[in-house]
Amino acid sequence: MSAANGGYYLPNPSPWPIVTSAGLFSLALGFVLAINGVGFGKWIAIVGAAILIWVMFRWFGEVIGESEGGKYNAQVDRSFRWGMSWFIFSEVMFFAAFFGALFYVRHWAGPWLGDTELLWPGFDFHWPSAGPKGPIAIEPDMTPAASQFSPMGAWGIPAINTAILLSSGATITWAHWGLLKSNRAQLITGLFLTVALGVTFLSLQAFEYIHAYTAMGLTMKTGIYGATFFMLTGFHGFHVTLGTIMLIVILGRALKGHFRPDHHFGFEAVAWYWHFVDVVWLFLFIFVYWF
Amino acid sequence: MATAHHDEHPSGIMRWLTTTNHKDIGTLYLVFAFTMAIVGGIMSLVIRSELWQPGLQIVDPHFFNQMTTVHALVMIFGFVMPAFTGLANWQIPLMIGAPDMALPRMNNWSFWILPFAATLLMLSLFMPGGGPAGGWTLYPPLNVQQSGPGVDFTILSIHMLGISSILGSINIIATVLNMRAPGMTLMKMPMFAWGWFITAFLLIASLPVLAGAVTMLLTDRHFGTHFFDAAYGGDPVLFQHVFWFFGHPEVYILVLPAFGVFSTIIPTFARKPLFGYETMVYATASIAFLSFIVWAHHMYTVGMPLQGELFFMYATMLIAVPTGVKVFNWVSTMWRGAMTFETPMLWAIGGVFIFTIGGLSGLMLSITPADFQYHDTYFVVAHFHYVIIGGSVFGLFGAVSYWLPKWTGHMYNETLGKWHFWLTMIGFNLTFFPQHFLGLAGMPRRIPDYSLQFVEFNQWSTIGAFMTIAAQLIFFYYAMQSIRAGQKATSQVWEGAEGLEWTVPSPPPYHTFATPPKVK
Ligand code: HEM
Ligand SMILES: [Cu+2]
Repeated sequence: MSAANGGYYLPNPSPWPIVTSAGLFSLALGFVLAINGVGFGKWIAIVGAAILIWVMFRWFGEVIGESEGGKYNAQVDRSFRWGMSWFIFSEVMFFAAFFGALFYVRHWAGPWLGDTELLWPGFDFHWPSAGPKGPIAIEPDMTPAASQFSPMGAWGIPAINTAILLSSGATITWAHWGLLKSNRAQLITGLFLTVALGVTFLSLQAFEYIHAYTAMGLTMKTGIYGATFFMLTGFHGFHVTLGTIMLIVILGRALKGHFRPDHHFGFEAVAWYWHFVDVVWLFLFIFVYWF
Repeated sequence: MATAHHDEHPSGIMRWLTTTNHKDIGTLYLVFAFTMAIVGGIMSLVIRSELWQPGLQIVDPHFFNQMTTVHALVMIFGFVMPAFTGLANWQIPLMIGAPDMALPRMNNWSFWILPFAATLLMLSLFMPGGGPAGGWTLYPPLNVQQSGPGVDFTILSIHMLGISSILGSINIIATVLNMRAPGMTLMKMPMFAWGWFITAFLLIASLPVLAGAVTMLLTDRHFGTHFFDAAYGGDPVLFQHVFWFFGHPEVYILVLPAFGVFSTIIPTFARKPLFGYETMVYATASIAFLSFIVWAHHMYTVGMPLQGELFFMYATMLIAVPTGVKVFNWVSTMWRGAMTFETPMLWAIGGVFIFTIGGLSGLMLSITPADFQYHDTYFVVAHFHYVIIGGSVFGLFGAVSYWLPKWTGHMYNETLGKWHFWLTMIGFNLTFFPQHFLGLAGMPRRIPDYSLQFVEFNQWSTIGAFMTIAAQLIFFYYAMQSIRAGQKATSQVWEGAEGLEWTVPSPPPYHTFATPPKVK
């Protein structure tokens, strides 16, 4: 392990990749068994998840140790940057699949279904819709009767959540400025605020989901509206959760005195990720909640 | 951990489990890929045996359907993609003068996901209800309705395979952008590295979309969503759009690295520099771009609006232009070259030839009204085997025979190499050429039984399949032979070869280019 050989850095052999893969396998296997009604499936999945979490501690811990130990030169730093950027791009494409599904149904499949009199005569398509056999949509944020559902309006919790995420984008940038001018207090305060905003966002979203399920007749099973709504916002919420955990790790590292103005890829990676979930949210707010 | 000991690595099995060395990982990828090729090959023989004559004889239709489905998944995700990633691992650092891949630990991770993912896929075959039987394209409603966990295993396996490929691609991009030796500008980079660099973008942009598609399938199966159910406002065709947004770039993912191989081998044995290097780069990039806007040519018959049919038809035809540029450039490279025909060159020329036939049948398929006739017939099966075997697999064998002496330090047996090529070439054409006629005459794909008039062509095809697979034994034999013994290879190996990989000994030391070479 050294950067001495001509300036290149080569890590030593590592047990973590194969352990991670085994954990992933166990998680996938257990998950499939569990959703197919095999009782012990969930234990296999839990073991897999535990392996993954444990290994992440060890693997990232090792990388952080190497980084703080000064083993990384500018080239390694660049490799990490390229790696993280293209990873985020792949995440963007994952969301694109679900946004694509949403647009396709709203602009093509839905209207075609409404126009044809062959399958369900009399069905007219208006978004939000749960299809000819699904419940009927009423006004947003209302209490539905039987076989009705109420779609999620934009100007309640979602608008608040938009404000929260946008401010969190500002606080993390402020924290970054703190880091750049070696103002540790600003760095830590900024990170702390960002974490707090992230947690608030998630709590509000959890509240919104519970309200949807219990009071608005809106669930994953509510036709195509419910499917796109919960999958898009759900995957986004999952990414916010990941981002918040990453922020907490970064906050912990900042408290330990990690990061220097000229050497803080870990911080920037998390900040990029956070901006990414922020931007996805803006699209969600506009296309899922608002229009 | 001390500086001087970076060469130390564990021995025995631990070396392979924990390695961060691009050569080790490349070898792992190649061994895995060829193992999967055997698995997929056996499945194809089950299919061809059942189709030896009309009626049902060997397997029941449900199992037949599982075989067509899993054969395709294994060959695409288990064989061709990992094999090319293995080549990338071995060659890209050697070709651009880097000591290793940019992110070596992640490199090992992308490999080790594969055996686990493949296990998941194979397990599906032993589940109640059997493995996935609705075709590798996993269309709903069939694949929502098939009972048992087989499809779920497949979906999770696809997720894992996808993660592996995305990580691998990220690594390749980082390596190409960040690890080139000083002086090696992008426009001096060997074409193989270019081909892979562009492929990596295709992978990163398309695989997450596949992950999205199969996730929707999974939630439709188990969590009550209605993405693909028109009664609740969804649409089965939606799946096809999302799937083929991945699926068409995927076919170029399979073939662009092989194009890079052709562009490497042909100049070596024509003893002339590649004709039109820059146009090759731009043509590859255009193919990659266009491949994202042609996906619905797989869905002409689903009832798209006329504008859609026309758009996708013209866009598809447009791809033939940069593809043609590449073919003409390869031919022009050979023009008046001092050619010799060692095994790698045979594969390259054979590959270009076969691929071109596949490209022409693709052009026929791209014509919407004509495709109404050809769609879901054996004509399509013939088309994609011409492009994938002729393009990707011939490219792969060409690459392996070309670089084997470099990797092992021994020349392989040239006579056996030629036998392998010619038997494969003849067997392949025997298998798939008649399928064009079967398709044009209306024989549907993915059916275990057929009408009497198709017997003769099907029997040619089955004979060809057995011949092709048998010929692969020669490959395994000569590859093993060259690993163990054989005439010592020089660093240069091939008289006309150019590039950094030929400046290091054969076999190369465990670590190469610890100090970057200078590139003029
Ligand atoms: C000039 C270039 C090409 C054109 C115009 C073309 C056109 C087409 C069209 C129109 C279809 C749909 C046929 C149908 O289902 O009715 C098709 C299918 C297919 N093509 Fe191509 N193609 C080209 C190159 C390639 C290449 C390079 C590959 C792979 C390396 C490839 C692999 C496939 C596969 C796998 C299918 C069938 C997928 C399935 O339904 O299972 N094609 N092609
Ligand atoms: Cu296509």
